[in-house]
Amino acid sequence: MTTISAAPRRAGSGAGPGDPPDRTRRGLRRVRPTQWAALAFAAPLLTYLVVFYAFPLYRNIELSVHDYNVRAFVQGNAEFVGLDIFRDVVGSGTFPVAVRNTAIFVVVSLVFQYALGLALAVFFRTSFRLSAVLRGMFLVPWLLPLIVSASTWSWMLNGDNGIVNSVLGAFGIGQINWLTDPSLAIWSVTIANIWLGIPFNLVILYSGLQNIPGDVYEAASLDGANAWQQFWRVTFPLLRPVSAITLLLGFIYTLKVVDVIWVMTTGGPANASTTLAVWSYREAFGTGQPAFSPAAAVGNVLILVALVIGLVYVQVQRRQEKAA
Amino acid sequence: MKRIPTLARAAGVAGALSLVLVGCSSGGAGGSASGATDDTYTWWDPYPQHERGSDWEQRVQACGEDAGVTIQRTAYDTTGLTNQALLSAQEGTSPDIILIDNPAVSTLADTGMLTTMDELGFDTADFDENLLDAGVVEGDAYGIPIGANTLALYYNKEILDAAGVDPATITDWASLDAALAAVSAAGHTGITFAGINTEEGSFQFLPWFWGAGADLRQLDSPEAVEALELWTGWLDQGYAQQSVLSNSQNTTWEEFLTGNFAFGENGTWQVNSAAEAEFETGYIQLPARDGGGAPAPTGGEFIVAPVQQDTARYEVTSQIIECMTTTDGLVETAQTFAYYVPSTEAGQDALLEAEPDLEVWVDAVRAAKGRTSDDLGTDYPLISEQLWTAVQRALSGAATPQQALTEAQQAAESATS
Repeated sequence: MTTISAAPRRAGSGAGPGDPPDRTRRGLRRVRPTQWAALAFAAPLLTYLVVFYAFPLYRNIELSVHDYNVRAFVQGNAEFVGLDIFRDVVGSGTFPVAVRNTAIFVVVSLVFQYALGLALAVFFRTSFRLSAVLRGMFLVPWLLPLIVSASTWSWMLNGDNGIVNSVLGAFGIGQINWLTDPSLAIWSVTIANIWLGIPFNLVILYSGLQNIPGDVYEAASLDGANAWQQFWRVTFPLLRPVSAITLLLGFIYTLKVVDVIWVMTTGGPANASTTLAVWSYREAFGTGQPAFSPAAAVGNVLILVALVIGLVYVQVQRRQEKAA
Repeated sequence: MKRIPTLARAAGVAGALSLVLVGCSSGGAGGSASGATDDTYTWWDPYPQHERGSDWEQRVQACGEDAGVTIQRTAYDTTGLTNQALLSAQEGTSPDIILIDNPAVSTLADTGMLTTMDELGFDTADFDENLLDAGVVEGDAYGIPIGANTLALYYNKEILDAAGVDPATITDWASLDAALAAVSAAGHTGITFAGINTEEGSFQFLPWFWGAGADLRQLDSPEAVEALELWTGWLDQGYAQQSVLSNSQNTTWEEFLTGNFAFGENGTWQVNSAAEAEFETGYIQLPARDGGGAPAPTGGEFIVAPVQQDTARYEVTSQIIECMTTTDGLVETAQTFAYYVPSTEAGQDALLEAEPDLEVWVDAVRAAKGRTSDDLGTDYPLISEQLWTAVQRALSGAATPQQALTEAQQAAESATS
């Protein structure tokens, strides 16, 4: 303060009329450093956001509207083609198959993960002996590296020597080609993915249940509500906000799953278990000739779908807040 | 008020930090060969298993010393190497020499990042044409095969003996089918191969495809359909299992090593592992439809030389390549890697003199064919994707071989046009 204010005071005592503009300039000077400081403090975050979020997003869009092949990648002269790549992608024979598979994979995974996760969360709400240990064991799928769990699933579901078929065989059921039958492959990878996703749903829903006060249940039981009614009239409605975020996160995670499917079937046989995410991965990295543009276009379609679901969530959230 | 300058100073540090971050992300463009000076030449290869001080590294260094320079060697894994090569080309920091998997040569050449062997001043006349071809784009050779490996048919001698099959009689598809029927009747699984939904699926199908006389430009020819029907037939008859649909070459080898399979289609690189198996093994050349050895696809690395701003470097680069590919050099490479057959006739003869057992492999390599040959170049990956898709559809029963290949041909045509 002393050093900065000393100079203007001296100037002020020298010339009367020069005072007002000087004061404003002084004011500016005084605000500026703080603003710069604020900006500088935000800079690392802003830089981070730009470098790791905005730029990749921009690059993804740029890739999908240019005709990038390996040559253009090196020489940096990809031709601008507008929405041609998107047209090719949507018009391709793989597109309807991938959309159908993505829908099956995401919807069926979500429904079962949520239902089973909720059932287990309610089950574990009443603590009993070993409940903590059992709950811990349900988290195992989450802790295992994906390559391990997906490989294990693909061994178990192996058509010739898998344990699942040998158990079924004991009951007189003939060989089922879980991973190599084109009409079954997508369901097999979905089953594996449901198993992988249950812990996530269990953990979030369980912590949601902890936040429902015990008085409510007490009141409900005094009113003569049985366990079933307590669940539908108390637990389920009070869990709605937590359910909404669980489903939203689950949706986005499931939409972009590549690893499980890639390890189990590589999207095959042929395209039978190819989802949009797997398709995008294969275009970019799964063949000898990287096709970055179609891969980016499919990736952008996925981002759009996730965005739409995100907006739906925001809308639902707002309506709930209004109702409350 | 004294707080502000302090704050401003702190902010300055924070701001500078973020500038450094930005600087890092945009740096690295321009410049010449990474870390290379006039007497240091850079060398990339896909052999991280050969560490500093290994025989391989010492040979590379010796060739550098002969040319009067030091070689700075970096090893990447196979897929990582192609990406690294492309990135370095984009930034103008290509190494002097890269050893790269042969199907990638035409892809790299297509970007304009490789010199032709002509420009380099390297004479390719001694090299086997069928091997060299994989690196030829529009008449120009872009690399030298440092050795080659390929596929053959391994057999479990105990199973064949028990079923009374003499492997020497398997010379065409009919005799192979008869052998498969005999071992099946004896209660064993006939054959295992890799029909996976990736490039490996095409790689393993090609010997049958080419062995029937089919051409990659015409996926739906009657010959191609016959080759695919051979595979689906094995599955229908129970000679092969459903697992072939998801087998990679490694998994199919593991299956063969269980001892339950009479035959396994696999590569030269398993020779040592086959010798260590718990049962006696042997190998024959993959048979063509009407007899004789089928052309199998070649595997193995090429030496390529990326374009340098300073073309004076090419002379030394050429000397180093020369040194690595002398007859002795090729034989030494073959022995270092156990699974390489030299790429010149003189080299092959020298190897056979040292190790006569390898004759089947040398014959197989002489009959082999590069996947990117026939001037397919960068069209090959596009065609191959359709080929393995067709194989998968036919094997899984989603389509008949004829349907699957007809659609594959249409898709390949539209992808390459």
